[in-house]
Amino acid sequence: MILHRRRLLTATAGLAGASLLTGCDRFADSTAGRRTLRVGEDANLYVQRLLMSGQTQAREFPDSMISPWFKPNGSIDPPDSAYKVLAANNFADFKLKVDGLVETPLSLSLADLRALPSRTQTTRHDCVEGWSCIGKWSGVPLSEVLNRAKLKPEARYAVLHCADTLEYASGDGAWLRPSEPGTVREAHAAYVQLAAAGDWGGSPTGAKDGKANDDTASDDAADGRRPIRYYESIDLFDAFNPQTILAYDLNGKALPVSNGAPLRLRVERQLGYKNAKYVMRVEMVSSLAGIGEGKGGYWEDRGYEWYAGI
Amino acid sequence: MTASPALDGPDRATTPLAASERIGRNGRRLIYRHPLVIRLTHWINAAVLLVLLMSGLQIFNAHPALYWGSVSTFDTPALAITSEDTSGTNRGVVYLGQHKFDTTGVLGLSKENGAEADRAFPSWATLPSNQDLATGRRWHFLFAWFLVINGAIYLLYGLVSGQLRRRLIPEGDQIRDFGGSIKEHLLLKFPEGEEAKRYNVIQKLTYLGVVLVLLPAMVLAGLAMSPGMDAAWPWLTDLFGGRQSARSVHFIAAGLLVLFVVVHLVLVLVSGVVNNLRGMITGWFSIGKVRPAGEKTR
Repeated sequence: MILHRRRLLTATAGLAGASLLTGCDRFADSTAGRRTLRVGEDANLYVQRLLMSGQTQAREFPDSMISPWFKPNGSIDPPDSAYKVLAANNFADFKLKVDGLVETPLSLSLADLRALPSRTQTTRHDCVEGWSCIGKWSGVPLSEVLNRAKLKPEARYAVLHCADTLEYASGDGAWLRPSEPGTVREAHAAYVQLAAAGDWGGSPTGAKDGKANDDTASDDAADGRRPIRYYESIDLFDAFNPQTILAYDLNGKALPVSNGAPLRLRVERQLGYKNAKYVMRVEMVSSLAGIGEGKGGYWEDRGYEWYAGI
Repeated sequence: MTASPALDGPDRATTPLAASERIGRNGRRLIYRHPLVIRLTHWINAAVLLVLLMSGLQIFNAHPALYWGSVSTFDTPALAITSEDTSGTNRGVVYLGQHKFDTTGVLGLSKENGAEADRAFPSWATLPSNQDLATGRRWHFLFAWFLVINGAIYLLYGLVSGQLRRRLIPEGDQIRDFGGSIKEHLLLKFPEGEEAKRYNVIQKLTYLGVVLVLLPAMVLAGLAMSPGMDAAWPWLTDLFGGRQSARSVHFIAAGLLVLFVVVHLVLVLVSGVVNNLRGMITGWFSIGKVRPAGEKTR
């Protein structure tokens, strides 16, 4: 009798627990649920920005603490043919494009970038998965580049377009979003400029043939599907921090392909996925709405926080 | 109807009824034990901690290994939960330093929707139940705010009302009779009457430890893992000896909280589950079949 009752209680508790968990999962999958869960991110961004200034820097470490192996994550060898061509030539033909809402669009070779003022910092890289590595990065502060390109007053975000394709869009182009006409024009203009060096910045608004949102237009697709490349974005608060650099060296040597050659972003106050590798183009925009799925980054489009300070 | 059973019980308490006391229908003497704020924050805390634990295990599953210091030493984790091929069959294993334990079925390798899955903590223990770090983080960080706000209300109320000091600081006689309290717990015999009006010394010290040490350490170690917080407040990460140490402390503190909750629930069950639940739901807690002075007959 007691045993029966106990078994019944256990079964009831188990059932209640399981249905609670299912309920939680269903809540998180609903639109209202997703919006509710996002409130925590807004609070984190707001409070952390209160606690630091634009100039607040991440901790730097002595070189003796450099990790013997800097774990490469995400793409470690981009499959893109245009990237492979650049890599085969040791990135001698690489040009970083700086465009969007700037007065003077730039096209900078690695030699150009190395000639600019540089900064070296030994910092800890914190992955969203939970692990950390310490590496010594050398590169050009993003502010040095942006100041030369001269931002237009509407510029709010720096979008880092990367060379590495992570997946191909499903054939129906369902991930495409309609965008503002102005963005389409600018993106198209950027594409015309970029035509010679490849189509970096797989923005859905930037169909190469000028037909905006034409999801069949792509030079690199498998089975006619559009490649989805990595991208990231940061706002001006982080873009002009002295530690925010476009790094070309890791631990005193040219950045290896697995860690993002020829250029990766270091934005030290945020998690690893914000530190985009294989950066090909910096596009200044006023809104993130027209890019990718509009959340500001490859992982952001897949549910991760845009603000990755925590 | 015969005489009330209350009259048959031993007459242990002879103090008059206080304003916060009443006699229950069955002759039990009830005291108003938990004020509304304490009851509310208790239940909110319970629900919030459950969400934080399960979403925390989801986050842990993204890299199920712990290290000491600033960085991850991938080859020599302090703790790792993984699966490995042992002579042809996949087994779930836990490495604690050099020691290895087979935990197939629960840790490292468990069933998810009927199929074997390589995951550190099993599907039934994580939120969401499937592997989804992004959603786990959203649950965790939203409910971390609830934990902090709820905890702040509890502490503020406890300090201002004097409840915290009055209820949780052990009194001199309790400290002197520490051994007696241990014996009480071992025999699962708990006092009734006047002595049941206050927490016993082990209870007081445990609640103090959870409220003032464990939960704050949990929040601080969590914050110390944030690269943004490390930039704003570098001393916080130093306090724990580095980001990976903070992550390990966070995990250990979570384990201690689970241990506390398990012991707490067992003691709630064995020391009168109905009375304890009524106390934490309505505030009224029975201290036994005892009569106040001056109420000899009925």
